[in-house]
Amino acid sequence: MIVDSYRFLPRSFRPIYENPEPHGTDHVWAPLEKRLSDSRIAILTSSGMYLEETQQPFDLERERAEPTWGDPSFRVIPSPADEIGLAHLHISHDDILADPNIALPVDRLAELARSGIVGEVAPRHLSVMGFQGTSLDGWRDIAAPGIIELLHEDEVDGLILAPV
Amino acid sequence: MPVLARWIEAAGIPTVVVTMMPDLATKLHTPRTVGVEFPFGHPFGLPHEPAMQHRVLGEALHVLAGADRFGTRIDIDLEWPIPRKEAYRNWQPAEPSPIVQWWISRGALDR
Repeated sequence: MIVDSYRFLPRSFRPIYENPEPHGTDHVWAPLEKRLSDSRIAILTSSGMYLEETQQPFDLERERAEPTWGDPSFRVIPSPADEIGLAHLHISHDDILADPNIALPVDRLAELARSGIVGEVAPRHLSVMGFQGTSLDGWRDIAAPGIIELLHEDEVDGLILAPV
Repeated sequence: MPVLARWIEAAGIPTVVVTMMPDLATKLHTPRTVGVEFPFGHPFGLPHEPAMQHRVLGEALHVLAGADRFGTRIDIDLEWPIPRKEAYRNWQPAEPSPIVQWWISRGALDR
């Protein structure tokens, strides 16, 4: 079955997503060198998840004032994490707050690690706020370098990215 | 997010993108893509449905580990168990996002 990418999208939004401008077309490719059962896996969510007690939420005030801008910073979500908050103006928060695994399935990944299918759950996962307005320069300059450095530091073997 | 995946892959870390919009991901040249026909905000399925979440996560790991070429895309044959109209309403924020309000104010969206 081929997924209908527009099934749940308002019809008037469709043209916005049909002809995106690629940022490079070369075949970037890094094969997973190890067996999955020896690999350390991390997850990156775009749900605007943050730790309510210890982290600043993504900057929604500036986005409200400047609708074509989205906060390009990122947050580190330890595994396991408590006190999850969401800062994202483009989706309902209800289901993710009810069960954060639908966006960042760390409990499921831990189960696979316990059963030996996956080697290890990475000690730190990542969160961004997916709406970036008209430019990805902020992600290129802020989120991407920070995330790559952290993944290298944690010796992560593979990353699952889950846009919301 | 597809572009972020490309940058991370280029830094030597294998990536897979799990997405409700696999057409968009492949147009942006993601190395590996898993498509799900789920409402926005739910890439791994419904809350408190661990079997469904495992199905998607397992497929993502399968593609991450086993894809042999750039551009591999696998779509998951799972139907969202909530009627479309209800699911369409449920995923949306209580009020339109700032960019949607901005588009509406400029007549850019035909709603």
